[in-house]
Amino acid sequence: MARVTARGLWKTYGAHVVLENVNLEVDDHEFVTIVGASGCGKTTFLKMLLGIETPSRGKLLIDGQPFVPEPNADRGIVFQRYSLFPHLTVLQNVLLGLEFERSHILGRLFGVSRRNAMANANRLLESIGLGSARDKYPAQLSGGVQQRLSIAQSVIRRPKLLLLDEPFGALDPGITLDLHKLILELWAANEMTIFMITHDVRESFQLGTRLLVFDKVRVDPQAPEAYGARITYDLRLKQKKRAGRFSAPAQEVSTQESESQQSKTA
Amino acid sequence: MRRLVNRHPGRGGALVLGALPFLLLVCVYLFASHLRAVANADDKLLPTPSVLASTIHSYAFEEDSRSGSVLFWQDTRASLERLFIALGLSAAIGLVFGVVIGVIPLVRSTLAPFVAALSMIPPLAILPILFIVLGLGEVAKIALMVIGVMPVIIRDLALRAGELPSEQLIKAQTLGASTWQLIVRVALPQIWPRLIDSLRLTLGSAWLFLIAAEAIASTEGLGYRIFLVRRYLAMDVILPYVVWITLLAFATDWLLKWIRSRACPWAEMAH
Repeated sequence: MARVTARGLWKTYGAHVVLENVNLEVDDHEFVTIVGASGCGKTTFLKMLLGIETPSRGKLLIDGQPFVPEPNADRGIVFQRYSLFPHLTVLQNVLLGLEFERSHILGRLFGVSRRNAMANANRLLESIGLGSARDKYPAQLSGGVQQRLSIAQSVIRRPKLLLLDEPFGALDPGITLDLHKLILELWAANEMTIFMITHDVRESFQLGTRLLVFDKVRVDPQAPEAYGARITYDLRLKQKKRAGRFSAPAQEVSTQESESQQSKTA
Repeated sequence: MRRLVNRHPGRGGALVLGALPFLLLVCVYLFASHLRAVANADDKLLPTPSVLASTIHSYAFEEDSRSGSVLFWQDTRASLERLFIALGLSAAIGLVFGVVIGVIPLVRSTLAPFVAALSMIPPLAILPILFIVLGLGEVAKIALMVIGVMPVIIRDLALRAGELPSEQLIKAQTLGASTWQLIVRVALPQIWPRLIDSLRLTLGSAWLFLIAAEAIASTEGLGYRIFLVRRYLAMDVILPYVVWITLLAFATDWLLKWIRSRACPWAEMAH
């Protein structure tokens, strides 16, 4: 559940304009892919969604409310690298989100609540094909498997918004296809809106329901930093497919299911 | 014939090569002490093996006629006790401050310059202050070691904690971590191996401060004994003590390394 609204959004660092006048209305459960040349403010925009950068001007709203200006459990993130905790095993990496949620002082779970959380994490690992690797450390996994795990880790707390910063940029094309399937499955199974930055234009068309292109409209060769980037193309893709698969009643059912699941495990 | 840079010794070869300098040193000593013993049977500077053996025997296996205790072991126990208490304290304080300085920007701004300045004070220069304020007992000696070692550990750990990829800290927050949870589950566990490395590196200076403190004011301890018998040119005592201190330091270093590989297997994989 997350509608994202940007109204007259600017981001400047002193005289350096990164984004100028970005306007955007993203519906709940959209899969937004973002492309654009390097230095065109894609990452800055994602950082604002993440809460580690604040807009210089204009409004950025989630479900009509201003964004909390620091990262929280509403928003999941997968970076290109360094998203995993090297000192934790695969299972512990996934478990961590649940432990943060339910154990405020020790950050660790014990007894029944630990078993419940483990079952939860194990189910997720099985579903993404990482069941047999659960006791390995991230350093023992290949790049593709690491990203697979990182994605799973990000959805365990069921964020409203999942942010992907070139998650497949460093991977082989064959492995990337597998991960596309995974991300679409998780997107369908969880009630979340996805924003994904990518350099791969084909990927952006294949995955997204909406494609944003960030680019500079005006360029002053004497002062390249004087003008910022805007959204120059805003394409709606796969409208029918999305409407068909996620009609309103189906959504309600899945929300109830997830709620009853959560109450069982709590 | 392969190039020299491509020739690697086998397991046995590496052992032999590693032992070579030690054997060489022993040979040189034996030769020199033999030459001096031939020239002067009462030479004190480079005692012969038989003199060394009898001294070691009387220090390590016979009770001292005055105090009734076996000096060698009494000294060893006293020194190790001081060393480990000081290292333990330094590690505990260093860990807490290091992690907090590394992870929390407000604390970093407050304490990092102070710790940096503190670590520049030559500990031996304030040894008199410690003796004046804390007396000549154990506290002053342990305080000297802690003051010498702790700031180094704090700075090292703070640097390492500050080097944690910001991606990791952000990721943990998106998983719902509070500052406290971030410290106990993400920062601290990743700092452990660095703490052990840090202890290994400061082991040398810890011994230095220990021996300095013992030399000045003590009634037992390895450093005390060395400086006591110096008056009699008793190289037959000093040399075995120095070798023993080296062995103890080496063993401690090896033990710390072993603990690291056991407690933090993931840290070995990363490289």
